[in-house]
Amino acid sequence: MKTPFVAAVRAIVSKDLRAEWRSRELVSAMALFSLLTVLVFSFALELDKSAREAVISGVLWVSLIFASLLGFNRSLSLEHDQGSLDALLLAPVSRSALFVGKLLGNFTFTMLVALMLLPLMTALYGVNLLDGWALLTTVVGVFGFSAIGTLLATLAVQTRSREALLPIALLPVCLPFLLTAVRATKGILGGAPQSEWQVWLQLLATITSIYMVLCLLLYRFVLEE
Amino acid sequence: MSRRGLIEVKQLHKHFAWVPALRGLDFVVQRGECALLLGANGSGKSTLLRLLCGLSRASSGSIRIGGWLLPEEAPAVRAQIGLLAHRPLLYANLTARENLDFFAALYNIAPAERTRRRDDLLQQVGLAARADGLVRDFSRGMQQRLSLARALLHQPDLLLLDEPYTGLDEAGCAILDGLLAAASAGGCTIIMSTHQLERMPSMVDRALILSDGSLVYAGQANKDLAALVRQATNSA
Repeated sequence: MKTPFVAAVRAIVSKDLRAEWRSRELVSAMALFSLLTVLVFSFALELDKSAREAVISGVLWVSLIFASLLGFNRSLSLEHDQGSLDALLLAPVSRSALFVGKLLGNFTFTMLVALMLLPLMTALYGVNLLDGWALLTTVVGVFGFSAIGTLLATLAVQTRSREALLPIALLPVCLPFLLTAVRATKGILGGAPQSEWQVWLQLLATITSIYMVLCLLLYRFVLEE
Repeated sequence: MSRRGLIEVKQLHKHFAWVPALRGLDFVVQRGECALLLGANGSGKSTLLRLLCGLSRASSGSIRIGGWLLPEEAPAVRAQIGLLAHRPLLYANLTARENLDFFAALYNIAPAERTRRRDDLLQQVGLAARADGLVRDFSRGMQQRLSLARALLHQPDLLLLDEPYTGLDEAGCAILDGLLAAASAGGCTIIMSTHQLERMPSMVDRALILSDGSLVYAGQANKDLAALVRQATNSA
């Protein structure tokens, strides 16, 4: 008899959060990497105020996506290297529950990094990123690329060249997220009328929903030998 | 599960790319039997165990566990299988207690029963005093003992053990023997790969000897198995 979906998801998420709380391996590496990326952009671009407003949404999303690459890879590598992925596969748990459990863990870690970046970039770039709509855009975008990242990281850890494979596979499929999220964030931060950027946010939510359904359908094939 | 405990393997082949790992295996293990899986390194023992627990897909042939076809019908039998593999299948950043609690939740064991079984098993594998120690600080032998507790936690009907004595000291081996004897007495079907014939548990009913992916002996375990393994290894 299968373990109920919610119980399995809850067990996996709490296990991931507890293990991360002990080791602080993922979030600290992701946070440090994103911090350095933001600082590098800040020094390299040497922009005036108007130019900073124009590029800040791009810097935010590129930093988040690059940092999440580290996190997704490490999160699934920990499962694979200790063989615990096999233990998960042996349990009477649906593959979609495994996927959602791992996804929610990865989403939480990436959102923690995003929540650290938003005030930091506000201070560093002098542009207020602490806006309700900007936060909503961040949540939707991070959820979407966490879904596809979890799927592709599961695939990548089963190969010998996993460190190289994940960015090569993930970055092209992240482009729809990047494009829509950057446009929506840019409109929100630039004070454009809601009708102008709302369509990008809606498109981002639609892409996230489509990717989520695809990931749920494909995850069991990724796990099979 | 109404149809349980019986393993039927027919014309089982497994290839990795073009390299054959298993070549047309045919055997049956009856419910409640304890079978020893023997053979030299690379003879296909671990591959067979992975196939029997549904973690790997056969290239051709069929495996039925309790009448259910693997891996297609694996969800029906997953809760009945316990695996002790080469790797401990544990989380290094969790304590022994947290590891068992996590797997108990995955196997949907009721909370009150979960606590009782966890504490009993930690006691039986001699880790009660280290229940709150992180697995990353455990020795190989301690991890193996905790891994055994994990495999037995959901009281499986079929126990698959891949080199279970690895890393265990004499006390650990004695604990393992005791737990296997208890599981066997409780009707659990056991398939165990090992090189340590001198440690062969008393309840072993049958032996399966693999050589270069082929089954060269499937019969009673009361023969001179060491000689049979040597013979199979030399003729391969």
